[in-house]
Amino acid sequence: MSKRVLLGLLLACGLTAPALAQAPKTGGTINAVIQPEPPGLMLAQIQNGPTQMVSGNIFEGLLRYSPKLEPQPELAESWSVSEDAKTYTFKLKKGVTWHDGKPFTAADVLFSIEMLKQTHARARNNLAQVEKVEAPDDHTVVFTLKQPFGPFLGIFEVGSMPMVPKHLYEGTDWKTNPYNNAPVGTGPFMFKEWQKGSFIRLVKNPNYHEKGKPYLDEIYWQVIPDAAARSVAYETGKVDVLPGGSVENFDVPRLSKLKDTCVTGAGWEFFSPLAWLWLNNRQGPLADKRVRQAIMYAIDRDFAKDVIWNGLGKVATGPSASTIKYYTDDVKKYPYDPAKAKALLKEAGYKGEKIRMQPLAYGETWQRWGEAVKQNLQDVGMTIETIATDVAGGNQKIADWDYDIAFTYLYQYGDPALGVGRNYVSSAIAKGQVFNNVEGYSNPEIDKLFAEGAIATPDSKRKEIYEKAQKILVEDVPVAWMLELQFPTIMRCKVKNLITTGIGVNDGFKDAWLDK
Amino acid sequence: MKQFWKSMLRSPSGVIGLIILLLAISVAVFGPMLFPNSPWRMVQRPFLPPFTLSTVPLGTDALGRDVFAGMIFGARVSLLVGLVSTLVALIVGVPIGAMAGYFGGKVDDALMRFTEFFQTIPSFALAIVLVAILQPSIYSIVASIAVVSWPPVARLVRGEVLSLRTREYVQAAVVTGQSNSWIILREILPNALSPVIVLASLMVATAILLESSLSFLGLGDPNLISWGYMVGAGRTVIRQAWWITVFPGVAILISVLGLNLIGEGLNDALNPRLSREGR
Repeated sequence: MSKRVLLGLLLACGLTAPALAQAPKTGGTINAVIQPEPPGLMLAQIQNGPTQMVSGNIFEGLLRYSPKLEPQPELAESWSVSEDAKTYTFKLKKGVTWHDGKPFTAADVLFSIEMLKQTHARARNNLAQVEKVEAPDDHTVVFTLKQPFGPFLGIFEVGSMPMVPKHLYEGTDWKTNPYNNAPVGTGPFMFKEWQKGSFIRLVKNPNYHEKGKPYLDEIYWQVIPDAAARSVAYETGKVDVLPGGSVENFDVPRLSKLKDTCVTGAGWEFFSPLAWLWLNNRQGPLADKRVRQAIMYAIDRDFAKDVIWNGLGKVATGPSASTIKYYTDDVKKYPYDPAKAKALLKEAGYKGEKIRMQPLAYGETWQRWGEAVKQNLQDVGMTIETIATDVAGGNQKIADWDYDIAFTYLYQYGDPALGVGRNYVSSAIAKGQVFNNVEGYSNPEIDKLFAEGAIATPDSKRKEIYEKAQKILVEDVPVAWMLELQFPTIMRCKVKNLITTGIGVNDGFKDAWLDK
Repeated sequence: MKQFWKSMLRSPSGVIGLIILLLAISVAVFGPMLFPNSPWRMVQRPFLPPFTLSTVPLGTDALGRDVFAGMIFGARVSLLVGLVSTLVALIVGVPIGAMAGYFGGKVDDALMRFTEFFQTIPSFALAIVLVAILQPSIYSIVASIAVVSWPPVARLVRGEVLSLRTREYVQAAVVTGQSNSWIILREILPNALSPVIVLASLMVATAILLESSLSFLGLGDPNLISWGYMVGAGRTVIRQAWWITVFPGVAILISVLGLNLIGEGLNDALNPRLSREGR
């Protein structure tokens, strides 16, 4: 029911608006919820979700990414790759200035990379293949790689590699620099004020380098700690935009039925959160591939999508989300089939040994999901004991490998080499971490494929390698893939063009406008 | 004994309370036999309103689980937790109170300071902390409820024993050289029991409420359904589906009310002055 309503709303509200191309109107203020309140706004040093959401509109990266994750110009207006795929040359846009009026140049890019290598773990990792970065002139930056690295053009998103002003940070203690509290970027909005516990206010950058943009005068990011109060704030008109994850799932259908309300699941393509169950491959019944396959058949994932996630999201087919490069659905399929699950369990000689299951302590939705999965598994004859934990306790158990089944969801960052391989290659097995290869799956062939895939050229070769890897993984079921999650953004229909990129609200206010 | 039942049945509140308790117990004992379907099973579409389908008379919850089945299985957990934790609290509280009252002096001081130590911490907060530390399970819940509810028992028993300690028949027993434990067990405790029984019936009610509150906060045993869990799980969707919270809420209300009525009836029946005057 809710599914149809959502679909209807999507169509009715014209979220495909660019096609209908109304002329944007200038002016107006938007109130959006930010949840939770970010610890700070200096994007190069803090990468929390809410920080990315606010600061992605203050700072900019060299590139921006479409919902299909194709690179688009932002601070770099063009780029080229050498024959041997080891040299990337970026031409920077001219006439770009920082919010304080100083010009943005290649020196800022070099400085930013130096800072990020120290302050941003993921950027450091992404830049591991870079041998040197040079600036032949003020508007050219050249990256030389140690070896070809397929996903290289995918690491310039604003949250992954934000540009910071050299003239304000050079020679200072970065951690205590006063500009951390009043960030200066090149983006469409400038930081104005932050009343802790209440709101963050951004104002239009009048000298923004794309003429005419942004259209809005101001953005207020409202801080409202209670989930129910956030829903009410939208209902009463106090806020206009509820970014993904800011209200509980069961409130989504009710809110989307409100007048003049538009809902979309778009704008998360770059992150593509994929939910799965860690299956501890090391011990007990789950060490048997057939038991793991039985779990895939036993769980009704369509039910989870339709009922628990209110129809949002997509049933996962394997280790890659469908928005990730080289995704293929030409793999073994695991439809909901309890009979087959029972047969596989019998074949594997499973005799009702107790299996512990640990839901994710992220609130209602995840708790309900744990209950549903437990019931599914019990229906095929498995003995499941739910282990209740808080977030920290659950992470601890996963990090200590002290679990049988555990819920999780992870971001995928657009390319298998950046976000997928880490969960399956044996070199990523290490105690004490809650990401990467927690399940203890080890397969030399997979190790080899992911190692080759990261550096193979051309693209068609990478495609071939990753498709092969997906097939093997789906057959082996190292973890039980559940859903590609969608965090719906709820907003008034008068807010136009907010979500146009692969990171949605995080850098979307540049193009947004209000239809008054 | 006959006298007791007579006066118990004479008080209307006692009778009503007894009927409610018997009903609840029979639901808890026999209900799951009559409705063998697990309350966790998803049987119908979610958010089915009550009284629309005879197979799920009280509707379904957010996952399509039978609210009626949840009520029946929840009765078992709620009553069990109430009774067992009260029993444990009595087993801890009565001996401590009896010893403190009987021996007096330093023993009394030591035991009462120990008791006060527990009484100074707000009982619900202590229960939450204990369950959170021990990981939520039926055992940790029973244990933590028992831990927070024995101090009043100890204090009550101590008071009773203190006053009985000076009676002639106790003095006589001391003079005839009977052992301390014999005197406490055979002479004093039986006479101190009536107020303890009244208190115990109220403690069961409190324990049910405590368990419900813990489950409501998500600290229930995740493998067992209870009324408090149902209220907690349904709370967030109360605007869409009132029945998920209302029915188990009413069940908690009625059973706690029943136990309180029984407590009142017991008080009337066991208080010699009240029961023999004027009826």
